[in-house]
Amino acid sequence: MRKIAIYGKGGIGKSTTTQNTVAGLAEVGKKVKIVGCDPKADSTRLLLGGMAQKTVLDTLRLEGEDIDIDDIVRVGYGGVRCVESGGPEPGVGCAGRGIITSINLLEQLGAWDEKYQIDYTFYDVLGDVVCGGFAMPIREGKAEEIYIVVSGEMMAMYAANNICKGVKKYAEAGVVRLGGLICNSRKVDNEREMIEELAKRLGTKMIYFIPRDNMVQKAEINRKTVIEFEPAHQQANEYRALAKAIDENELFVIPTPLPMEELEELLIDFGLAS
Amino acid sequence: MLLRHTNSDIKERKALTVNPAKTCQPIGAMYVALGIHGCLPHSHGSQGCCAYHRSTLTRHFKEPVMAATSSFTEGASVFGGQSNLMQSIDNIFAIYEPEIIAVHSTCLSETIGDDLGQIVAKAREDGKVPPGRHVIQASTPSYTGSHVTGYANMLEGVVKYFAESANEKIRQVNLLSGWVEPSDIREFKRLLKLMKVSPVILPDTSDVLDAPMTGKYDMYPKGGTTIPDMVSMGDSMVSLGLGEWGTKKAAVALDNKCKVKFEITDIPIGLKATDRFIQALSKAGLVSIPESITDERGRLLDVITDMHQYLYGKRVAVWGDPDNIIPLIEFLVDIDMKPVYIVSGTPGKRFDKRMSEILSERVPEAKFKNGANADMFLMHQWIKEEAVDLLIGNTYGKYIARDENIPFVRMGFPIVDRIGHSYFPTVGYLGGIRILEKILGAMMDKIDSTCPEESFELVM
Repeated sequence: MRKIAIYGKGGIGKSTTTQNTVAGLAEVGKKVKIVGCDPKADSTRLLLGGMAQKTVLDTLRLEGEDIDIDDIVRVGYGGVRCVESGGPEPGVGCAGRGIITSINLLEQLGAWDEKYQIDYTFYDVLGDVVCGGFAMPIREGKAEEIYIVVSGEMMAMYAANNICKGVKKYAEAGVVRLGGLICNSRKVDNEREMIEELAKRLGTKMIYFIPRDNMVQKAEINRKTVIEFEPAHQQANEYRALAKAIDENELFVIPTPLPMEELEELLIDFGLAS
Repeated sequence: MLLRHTNSDIKERKALTVNPAKTCQPIGAMYVALGIHGCLPHSHGSQGCCAYHRSTLTRHFKEPVMAATSSFTEGASVFGGQSNLMQSIDNIFAIYEPEIIAVHSTCLSETIGDDLGQIVAKAREDGKVPPGRHVIQASTPSYTGSHVTGYANMLEGVVKYFAESANEKIRQVNLLSGWVEPSDIREFKRLLKLMKVSPVILPDTSDVLDAPMTGKYDMYPKGGTTIPDMVSMGDSMVSLGLGEWGTKKAAVALDNKCKVKFEITDIPIGLKATDRFIQALSKAGLVSIPESITDERGRLLDVITDMHQYLYGKRVAVWGDPDNIIPLIEFLVDIDMKPVYIVSGTPGKRFDKRMSEILSERVPEAKFKNGANADMFLMHQWIKEEAVDLLIGNTYGKYIARDENIPFVRMGFPIVDRIGHSYFPTVGYLGGIRILEKILGAMMDKIDSTCPEESFELVM
């Protein structure tokens, strides 16, 4: 089984990209599990057709630890097994601890039992956690590959670089590796070249460049992935290609985060070149 | 009346626990670490945690319990405890020179998400662990489970780290002990010797927490399971886990890592559980049961029959940890007592099932509750509803015993107001006799002090 975590700045399109990619993998017969690690619990919405899902932590709070795995796993598009960790309301409690508790509980309940024959697990991790909970999905025995969703916007690149710092720490003590950057285009000037260069300096590669297309938004409004909503559309092919690129990826590295000055230089060089 | 606000009006409670029948995970982790030779427990958290856990163990054993702490401050809570732990490891190996540091987490370090595995790996990589020295770790957040969970987690951490398989079976049995006293470990050793089974007992708290006074202070007393013994566990014929709650994780880990098959049986408290233990040993060690052990069994039976009239039908309230009270309750039923009220704060799905199996036919009126809401307050309310003849549990029952004037036998953890538990075992057939001695002593003392003068008996 390949265990993948998707990171990136908040609002960059992690959940959308993850679900569309997962749909691409499911379409070619892969058995996928997706674990949403975000209190908003919106990581599986497109795969479940907007169906409100009972989150692990809500179930834990209401029913205690005596939970049945089928209470919290919903099967969505293409047989994808969907779980939402859930978490506290904004402003209270500890979202990071929520992720830790939730993933521990899933393991206890046998969510990865051999009988499910899972090929892929995706952890969709919220962008704004900076505490230890951030790293839960990449601790020993959990996700082994990381993809960072990024765009040519400055803050997204800052975030990607910061995430690499966290990954580096865990990679040095364990098996987790960076698999690449996924560029979710914001139509910034020189975007492709800039992200390719960033990837290179981080010691990895840009695994795919997803062009911006309004179809994504349209599919979202219809609570579907593009692949399900408009399978013949070009954007669906883009996600299929991303899924294929991940499936065939063999470059896994310990990232080399950039010092701030170097990152800013990169931004200036490519920004001014336009 | 000490607990004068407790009444018999039992209301369903969802969130509130009053006088819980359990304590913190790290106490269990510390206890396991103390049963390893030359091992210093280390608490990764604030100083208060470490102080409380040490003092609880010290008060129970009346022995100095040493443990180090990462001494979290506000800074560590914000930035994570990695640098504190790295510094601790440096200092501890330089100053206190243990062979092993057994690190456990605390609520605070768990909540901020410190990953002990990652930090310890980093410490190794940075050369902070000298050659031949070891750092092991276990995750022990107290907001789940209880001290027994912490015990199980550290025991698992120990075997995961040390046990190695050289693919050549050794004629020995791994005895993974649940939470018992040093005296009980001594009794296991005696029985194993009689059976001619050669064991690795883990943890082994004898000669650590019952160490003799020699006039000289020894930071690491002579007892405790040694590193070569722990390494060899990977090549043992079989593992015998005493108590599902305390030992199953470790037994499974040994099986996964080194393919050592395991059997889980109860801690041998009372007649039947000891029977099962002796039989399991005989099977595991491929040995027959010597006559001397059969004789011990006979002596226990003799005491039971001699004193049956004082035991029959007597109502008992019991609290404690599942691994310890499940066989105890079975024993009470076997001697025709009626364990009517039972609480255990250590959660576990199997508890209710085991209780039903033991009690449903013989004591159908029994009430039992397990988990975080099973507390001493509920126990006291039940007793107010309908009284009992005897209490068995840890020191925290003394308030109920005094208020309700009920004979009280101390068993379990912690016992902080009497001695004896660390020196005289309650396991095995002889331990069964000791339990009877204590039960009968407590109940007969009450008869003697309260019966009418005309019923006062010289011979009982």
